[in-house]
Amino acid sequence: MKASAFAYARASSVANALDLLAAHGDRAKVLSGGQSLMPAMNLRLISPELIVDIGELAELRGIAVKDGILTIGSLTRHVELLRSPEIAAHAPLLAEAIAHVAHPAIRNRGTIGGSLAHADPASELPACMLALGATVVVRGSGGERRIAAEEFFTGIYETVLSSQELLVAVELPIAQGDSVHFFHEFARRHGDYAIVGLAAQARVKDGTFRSLRLGFFAVGDRPLLARAAAKLIGCAVTPAVLAKAAQALDGELDPQEDQQASPAMRRHLAKVLLARGVAALLGRPDLNEGGTA
Amino acid sequence: MTAAVSISLEVNGERVEAHILPRLNLADFLREHLHLTGTHVGCEHGVCGACTVRVNGEIVRSCLMLAVQTHGGSVETIEGLSDSGEIADLQAAFRDRNALQCGYCTPGMLIAAQDLLQHNREPDREEIRAHLSGNYCRCTGYQAIIDAVENTARARIGRAP
Repeated sequence: MKASAFAYARASSVANALDLLAAHGDRAKVLSGGQSLMPAMNLRLISPELIVDIGELAELRGIAVKDGILTIGSLTRHVELLRSPEIAAHAPLLAEAIAHVAHPAIRNRGTIGGSLAHADPASELPACMLALGATVVVRGSGGERRIAAEEFFTGIYETVLSSQELLVAVELPIAQGDSVHFFHEFARRHGDYAIVGLAAQARVKDGTFRSLRLGFFAVGDRPLLARAAAKLIGCAVTPAVLAKAAQALDGELDPQEDQQASPAMRRHLAKVLLARGVAALLGRPDLNEGGTA
Repeated sequence: MTAAVSISLEVNGERVEAHILPRLNLADFLREHLHLTGTHVGCEHGVCGACTVRVNGEIVRSCLMLAVQTHGGSVETIEGLSDSGEIADLQAAFRDRNALQCGYCTPGMLIAAQDLLQHNREPDREEIRAHLSGNYCRCTGYQAIIDAVENTARARIGRAP
């Protein structure tokens, strides 16, 4: 199908984009890379009256490292994250995850800000932001506000971003020397949306988790920072401890039914990923025996 | 509010000026306005890859880009790549290996494959599969396509296929 008719404005600056959003509110949609917005418009899931194209706002593009913080401009494209030495060095989880985001032609256009603002619960980057403890930087006519990733996502395609605000950047604490990460997703075809996925970041000392952040995706109406991780931190992880964590995780999942999988299948796969992830992060293959996808 | 917009861009090396509605996507602009029908339209939501073209040197889904977004840019379609001879060897390899049947996916497949070969002169079969994973083919079962791309890569670096 084709998108319905709309008016088009090419923003000349962030201030100009905010003026347009202030004037048109929820009748307007921001066009960044368009790789989620355009399918939604072509399928007539949404029919905005005005498209505010921010694609030429170079000030929103780029990756910088300063004082232990990695800042990624919202217009930074997936392909730029994939090729960035800063991302590879300071957020290797993101570098690994981005290769699973769609396909080369889509990664050439899609942006990190677009992906986060779109907030598809099955997409990789929102879960990575939870695992990495990101801060989302949002600008409105009244100034900037900074939102922890775990507060940002509120439902299917829903965030705390108002229709008059623009997501301008994300900030990530850089990976420390004892940081380890894990990423895996189950998908029917490489690059498709996940059936279930896990993005995890941890600090490990002497075989014990000092911290553990488990970002599951496609297990509910939003990405999930699993509280079950607390059961694995600061203790010797045995199969019994892992089983308790899996049980706690099960209580946090609210998987949806769709053409790809039943809720029961998603619950099973999430627990398989938990065991695989913990085993990989601790370098303990013995913890991943018996769980098959 | 939904007034037409003027754009100026380069398509296959030629300057094009047009006055178009914002809702027009790049695939339909190329096909309906410029009559460059080598760009195929399959799913219209970015899944099938049949509409792959190059914009400013990078491959994109032309169904997921508005024509107005190409203002000031450069677009290359299968007609451009084919007429310039840039992918003549790749096209010959597709013919030789029967890497197409109905041909619907072929323009997108060729452009995606050429993009891989420009970035990676010697891809292995897994890398070829990963790079073409966004392009559906419902005829060939993909094996012959992988063969054709692999053979072209080998020939380009001076090795026997």
